[in-house]
Order: sequence, then C-alpha cells, then structure tokens
Amino acid sequence: MYESLLRFPTDLFSEFERMQREMDRLFGTWSLPTSIRAVARGAFPAVNIGTGPKSVEVYAFAPGIDPAKLEVSVDRGLLTISGERPSELPEESDKVSVYADERFAGSFKRVVSLPEDVDPAGIEARYRDGVLRVSIPRRESALPKRIEVK
Amino acid sequence: MSDKQEVTKREETQLAPAMLPAVDIVEDETGISLTADLPGVPKEKLSVRMDGQNLLVEGEVVLDTPEGMEATYAEIRSPHYRRSFSLSRDLDPSKIDASYKDGVMRLRIPKAEHAQPRKITVQVT
Repeated sequence: MYESLLRFPTDLFSEFERMQREMDRLFGTWSLPTSIRAVARGAFPAVNIGTGPKSVEVYAFAPGIDPAKLEVSVDRGLLTISGERPSELPEESDKVSVYADERFAGSFKRVVSLPEDVDPAGIEARYRDGVLRVSIPRRESALPKRIEVK
Repeated sequence: MSDKQEVTKREETQLAPAMLPAVDIVEDETGISLTADLPGVPKEKLSVRMDGQNLLVEGEVVLDTPEGMEATYAEIRSPHYRRSFSLSRDLDPSKIDASYKDGVMRLRIPKAEHAQPRKITVQVT
C-alpha cells in the first residue's frame, strides 16, 4: 500500500525492475540456483524446467518456428534445442520505417543438463502455441515406490 | 487479517505481474504492421482490444503440466503478457486485421483514408 506512494509510473525501467522483483517474490523462484549453462536474461528461446514424479519437462518458448526445423537432441545427459528463426523485417527505405525490432531473429541454441535419473530413450517433443515441450521420463527405478510394511 | 493487509492484497491482484511481449513494428505507406511474440498463449486466451486511443494486447499462458510437477528453473515467471500502444489519429482502429499462429500475433492497422499519402499538384495560375 505504501509502496504505491513511492512509485513513479513515468520511470518505465525501474517499474519493470520492480515488477520483476515482485514476480520473483510472488512465484518464489528467486532462490532457485541458475544453471551453469544459462545465458543472459532475454535469451531466445526462454526455457522453463519442471520436475514431476514421472518425468522431467523442459519448455522452450520459441514462437513462430516451423516444427520441422527445430532440432532436439540428447547426448550424455545434455539436452540441446536448436533452430533458426529468419528475420521478417523488410528493408528500410523512405517509404518503410521500422520502429521496433525486438523479436529475435537468427539461429539459436540452448543446452540444458538433465538429471541423472532420466531415460533419454523415452524422450518426446511436442510443439504447440509456440512452445516446444520436451518430456523426458524418469527411470523406473527412480519412481517413488510405496513400500509395504509386513 | 487486518485492514491494511487486505488493501495490500487487493493492490497486488490489480497489478498482477505481466511480461512485455517482444514486438516488431513497421510502418509503410498504407499502415502499420505489428508482430508480437506470445509463446504459450492459446488463441482463445489472446485478447486484442481498443481502450480509447490505446490498443491493448493481453494473453494468458497455458502450459500442459503433468500432475505433481514442480518448477525447478524458470525464465518465464509470469503467466500473463500485457502491452498497450497508443495509436495516433491517422490510423483506423475499426479496420485492424489480426491473425495468430504458433505464438505469433500479426496485426495490420491501416491508415485512415484521409491520411493515405496523396500527391498534391501545385497549380500554377
């Protein structure tokens, strides 16, 4: 409540910073360690990773890409996602002006290290609404088991 | 819960954190093309509307997550995208054309008829 008194909406950058901090606080992810292969904020595609009881899910936010041109591979515990997104911007001329050029264009590659207990043979990748979802099942032996008390 | 806490809570919901989608904006003789990246937003969760002279783009991210999944690493930390653009009066918001595919939204905002470039002949009298 008091925070709003101190905020100056004209300062967009600090506003954005504040939002980011707020987000971190709300989602409680600030304490998560960053991966050693993480790249600077704003890298393409952004990646989220989730771990479930049966699988590890990697979500790559890569909109506007032909799924046939997305390469997904696993090698020695490293998942690599690569591809290319061609630029769609027209040439600037006296009749055409480009005001914003924020969307990523070019080739990209992201590498994610997978936990030890996954089974790369059962890997599955799907592309929907611009998000590539890679599901890697966990090994049978790693699944939680109920032990019966006799 | 005290009054103060309640007020704070309400403010937080109003200011739900949102990400700014990356955009490309290009103007040519007949109008403006706006392309925005909204990965993870299904078509039915995308909203484009005019709010006065402002064009407001909002989207909600929907991810299929298996039961019991915990986020271990996240670069996308908000389920919302929001961005607004103020349109100048030479643009015609009633004729905006929109399409959406694979997380990319494309808008075409034509210039109002009277704002299209015309050649003015200089008459010599």
